Amino acid sequence: MSDHDYTPKSKVGKWFNDRLPLLTLANHLTDYPTPKNLNYWWTFGGILTFCLITQIVTGLVLAMHYIAHADMAFDSVEHIMRDVNYGWLIRYIHANGASMFFLAVYIHIFRSLFYGSYKAPREIIWIIGIIIYLLMMAAAFMGYVLPWGQMSFWGATVITNLFSAIPLIGEGIVTWLWGGYSVDNPTLTRFFTLHYLIPFLILGLVVLHIWALHVPGNNNPVGIDIKKPSKDTVPFHPYIVIKDGFALLMFMIVFAFFVFYTPNILGHADNYIEADPLVTPAHIVPEWYLLPFYAILRSVPDKLLGVVAMLSAILILAALPWLDTSKIRSAVFRPLYKQFYWILVADVLILGYVGAMPAEGLYLLIARVATAYYFLHFLIILPVLGFKEKTLPIPLSITEPILGGSPNLATAKNKESLNN
Amino acid sequence: MKNFFRTLFLIILLAGSHYNSYAAEKAEYIKTDWSFKGLFGKFDRASLQRGYQVYTEVCSSCHSMKYLSYRNLAEKGGPEFSEVQVKAIAASFEVKDGPNADGEMFTRPGKLSDKFVMPYENIKAAQAANGGAYPPDMSVLVKARGGGVDYIYSLLQGYEDPPAGVTLDEGVYYNKYMYGNKIKMANQLSDGLVEYSDGTNATVEQMSKDVTTFLMWAAEPHLEARHQMGFKAIFYLIILTTLVYFSMKRIWSRIETKV
Repeated sequence: MSDHDYTPKSKVGKWFNDRLPLLTLANHLTDYPTPKNLNYWWTFGGILTFCLITQIVTGLVLAMHYIAHADMAFDSVEHIMRDVNYGWLIRYIHANGASMFFLAVYIHIFRSLFYGSYKAPREIIWIIGIIIYLLMMAAAFMGYVLPWGQMSFWGATVITNLFSAIPLIGEGIVTWLWGGYSVDNPTLTRFFTLHYLIPFLILGLVVLHIWALHVPGNNNPVGIDIKKPSKDTVPFHPYIVIKDGFALLMFMIVFAFFVFYTPNILGHADNYIEADPLVTPAHIVPEWYLLPFYAILRSVPDKLLGVVAMLSAILILAALPWLDTSKIRSAVFRPLYKQFYWILVADVLILGYVGAMPAEGLYLLIARVATAYYFLHFLIILPVLGFKEKTLPIPLSITEPILGGSPNLATAKNKESLNN
Repeated sequence: MKNFFRTLFLIILLAGSHYNSYAAEKAEYIKTDWSFKGLFGKFDRASLQRGYQVYTEVCSSCHSMKYLSYRNLAEKGGPEFSEVQVKAIAASFEVKDGPNADGEMFTRPGKLSDKFVMPYENIKAAQAANGGAYPPDMSVLVKARGGGVDYIYSLLQGYEDPPAGVTLDEGVYYNKYMYGNKIKMANQLSDGLVEYSDGTNATVEQMSKDVTTFLMWAAEPHLEARHQMGFKAIFYLIILTTLVYFSMKRIWSRIETKV
């Protein structure tokens, strides 16, 4: 079972494996002992890998036809949509793929939050994940600029202008980012270059993310450490492979529905108007997946503090393993945390909603309350909860009965997590 | 499992609803049944041909369609004029070409490969001829407006006398579907404005519908192929998912855990 004592059966295999242990790696990946109680929320890791590969492959084809020039970018996108064979398909997969990627990553992140997957000994996996998420946002933002529509241009203007909030050197940094005195051709070409580069950085980090995962192994819905291999685990192949495959197919049906039937619903109509530096759109809104952070940015009256708040909202996640003081991982055994978890989910959805609305009146008030609560959750509620909360008894293993406490309640809880 | 998909669906709905929220500020669009909506939606060929007629005879005097070529009019999934017809259509336009061997620019009749001839030399000329307002290029217009086809269809029929208290400048018109209600394009359509060769009665409503259908095709020339492929792809995925589901059940039945 263990990869250390693996020897290929064939002579050639052994010869090769002694020089480059790829077969040992393959053996490790197929035998990798995985908790057998993983629910469908755990299938999004595989789904995300699929999303990344899809984006890279479709992006590669698009890059063969796209022209990164302020005067030709919009035209070249229309050329792809009209005259390139199946160009419309490739582009719609790529554009909706970004949304699907973020949909999956948010589910993946919130799964970690619910089951405490970020806690020791998985802090490094979590932090690498946060870096991947940051890079994804950068890649998505720059990708959105490439069609050179109105939202591309003005989104780029708004976001790059955020750097001008930095005291003293801010203006200089913005000019340096733009490669001029406004968003223009030099900005477009460098964004294209970076948009092409970042996915490969993400790919490298994904390898590290999985490598770091394979050291302690998967967390699981019960959140306890399990012996590996044991009767609590199943080999990755075929059990997890087929389950991930099934979930991926379900996900692809949703994906296909967007691509073939509502390919533009997640985008903004203004991006089909070619960029015009002289006409500002009525409402400048980012893509849906950035809206919660956009709401946080706008909820702070001061520009610099707004930028700081927005960045902190993301970076605070990296400190989560230390902010959450509870020793119990899974929310299944944390009745209070479970409630605060769902409030946080609602809070983020509300932030997303007000992020799409004009920053005025009631919307602004809601955004401020929701922003305050977001930070309250991580900075006050989580640290305090770890000390105050009375957790439920946790089972000794996935298959074995519960130790202490009310057996009925705990069994029921355990069952719930298994069937989830 | 059930919970999981319910949640997923909710998230998708929430994500999708953000962008529709601005629409609430404007008047309710006039609804009509579009043949190209739905899983098997296709264009109404006759409507596309009539729409092209409205575009050429009315819209094209101000609005360009720079991403379309005459050959597109004969392509599958479009108006599907015959090649002879499209050659005649193309030849009826004067196209500027050159320079020739003497270094001179010259004009010649259009060919299938030519892009639609633009009504103005450039944006400045278009603005100068239209009171400072640039008549937008119509190639992707339907996708560039929040309400899409419903918006365009309504706008064409949305001209009214301004309500009391609203004063309009010279060359500005009142339209109840326009953002801010003020539009620089005068009402273009009136009953019987064009004479349809297929005998269809050219009411304002009919022309609006035909030309909007044409604009939808112009913005999404591969819509029919997309719908057809989408059905096949999703049908295939559902069958495959079902098979994989039963394989999964079988494999997992070896151990005492539910999936």
